[in-house]
Amino acid sequence: MSATDQPKIKRLRPRRQLRAQSKIARDLTERGVAIGFLLAGSSSVLITLAIVFVLCYESVGFFRHVSVFEFLTGTVWTPQFANPKYGILPLVTGTMVTTLVALTVALPIGTVVAIYLSEFAPFTLRETVKPALELLSAVPTVVYGYFALQFVAPLLQKIIPGLPTFNMLSAGLVMGIMIIPYVSSLSEDAMRSVPMLLREGSYALGGNKLLTALRVVVPSALSGIGAAYILGISRAIGETMIVAVAAGMQPNFTLNPGEPAATITAYIVQVSLGDLPHGSIGYQSIFAAGFLLFCMTLVFNILGQFLRRRYHQAY
Amino acid sequence: MAEVTDLIRARKRQDQIFNIIGLVCTFVGILALAVLLFDLAMDGLPRINWQFLTSAPSRFAHKAGILSALVGSLCVMIVTMATAVPLGVAAAVYLEEYAPKNWFTTIIEINIANLAGVPSIIYGLMALGLLVYGLGLKRSILVGGLTLALLVLPIVIVATREALRAIPGVIREAAYAAGATKWQVVRYHLLPYSLGGIATGTIIAMSRAIGETAPLITIGALTYISFLPPSPFQAKPPFVNAQWLDSQFTVLPIQMFNWISRPTSDFHHNAAATGLVLIVFTLAMNAVAIYVRYRVRQKLKW
Repeated sequence: MSATDQPKIKRLRPRRQLRAQSKIARDLTERGVAIGFLLAGSSSVLITLAIVFVLCYESVGFFRHVSVFEFLTGTVWTPQFANPKYGILPLVTGTMVTTLVALTVALPIGTVVAIYLSEFAPFTLRETVKPALELLSAVPTVVYGYFALQFVAPLLQKIIPGLPTFNMLSAGLVMGIMIIPYVSSLSEDAMRSVPMLLREGSYALGGNKLLTALRVVVPSALSGIGAAYILGISRAIGETMIVAVAAGMQPNFTLNPGEPAATITAYIVQVSLGDLPHGSIGYQSIFAAGFLLFCMTLVFNILGQFLRRRYHQAY
Repeated sequence: MAEVTDLIRARKRQDQIFNIIGLVCTFVGILALAVLLFDLAMDGLPRINWQFLTSAPSRFAHKAGILSALVGSLCVMIVTMATAVPLGVAAAVYLEEYAPKNWFTTIIEINIANLAGVPSIIYGLMALGLLVYGLGLKRSILVGGLTLALLVLPIVIVATREALRAIPGVIREAAYAAGATKWQVVRYHLLPYSLGGIATGTIIAMSRAIGETAPLITIGALTYISFLPPSPFQAKPPFVNAQWLDSQFTVLPIQMFNWISRPTSDFHHNAAATGLVLIVFTLAMNAVAIYVRYRVRQKLKW
């Protein structure tokens, strides 16, 4: 017994020395690693700062040539003409119309799907359907663009005679399908976090599932559903490839979804495909357009976060 | 009494009607996906053959292929993954394990949520202004990969944070009690245990990145590339080189966009075939992610 103990004690000594030696090294490693993690954590702030800086810097150059008032209120956007006009409203209406078409598809369907999956669907159906629905948001948007241009537009042309090949309607419809899972998934989470007690109270008063869902669950989860809607809106505003492929590239100051029109994002793509020299007004104009786009989505993002925080606090 | 039974019957009918509406709405989405896949397969499947996968783009639709786009996508994905995963995991570890509760941490958290909502094309503008013109980098694989890495960073961060949060505090306390330092706890316990969650997040992030088109168009990835980046291997020591990072490139979604924009229908078939390849990649990656998540959930019982 003592024979087996002996070597153990002998081995301990050098080890303890080793530990004492490396204590400084260990502390240094600890501190270095902590700083590394802090830097990685701050990287996201750096990215935001970089985005804001680049957009502001190039936009300032743009607004030296074009007044902010003209930019925001002008109804003609012809940067490539000999006498260029920089009124962004045609691009804004293009963005608005495609977004509205997408929302008229995504919000009702997304909400009904969320209510159904949260309150009605049996467990196994919900667990299989949810990942399948989420695949809708995984499909590359350029593929959706192809679908809108090559399948939905010809189909719509049969129903609406005289519809041009490039139109905001088909782009918006397909975009709406893409956004369904964004709306349904977050709304469903909000509805499911409504406590069972509230539902039971409603059942006890004789409510059926539908009444419980509409009068108890939905109102209780309203801020979460609002956050889901806003996420959908923000996605639709920033969506690029579907509209660039299927809605056309010509700025068009119209509110008619049956016409072709460029959105803010489509304009940026169009300019990027060409080869505008660095520092020209045309080059700077995509940053000014991007800045407006960034501000629009930022407003919705902040609003959405505010609502989401509220529903997290509620229960 | 008859009134009550009528009321009950009416309400039950309401439920049944909504059951049908809900089912229909749910399957509208899935049906749309099915139609999309079917349409793409009808247009593109005849075009997919060995020649299509191994040829460079060409002026003639029947000779054109997606080799340079495939290789470009692969190279860009490698850069994206090599950047986004370490950075995202480290940021998540910081936020979950290291960050003190102060205003700076709150700013980071709000900021990450906001970044996830920034349109992808804005990232392209940022990369164009900062990386291409600010730092003077070329419109290369490196810049493309970095741009997409920044874009998918929030996905990796959120997934890793969820995985870390799922590890019970007891594990950390046990390790500390045994004398482990913070870094040792992270290195030998938290990271291994959250590997499944990190893997899921990484795959989802990569499937998002492979389909992204707009930011790469913005930084000026070319639509017509008929050459491949230089090989990373060489005969002379050190046998590998990084020249491919500096090469111009195109990726699958840009190649597809380019072919959609052509007026003739032969090129549209090429576009559909490219889309089919792309969608097979994304769906496969998503399926793997769902499977990994499922396995992790089954395996992990604290």
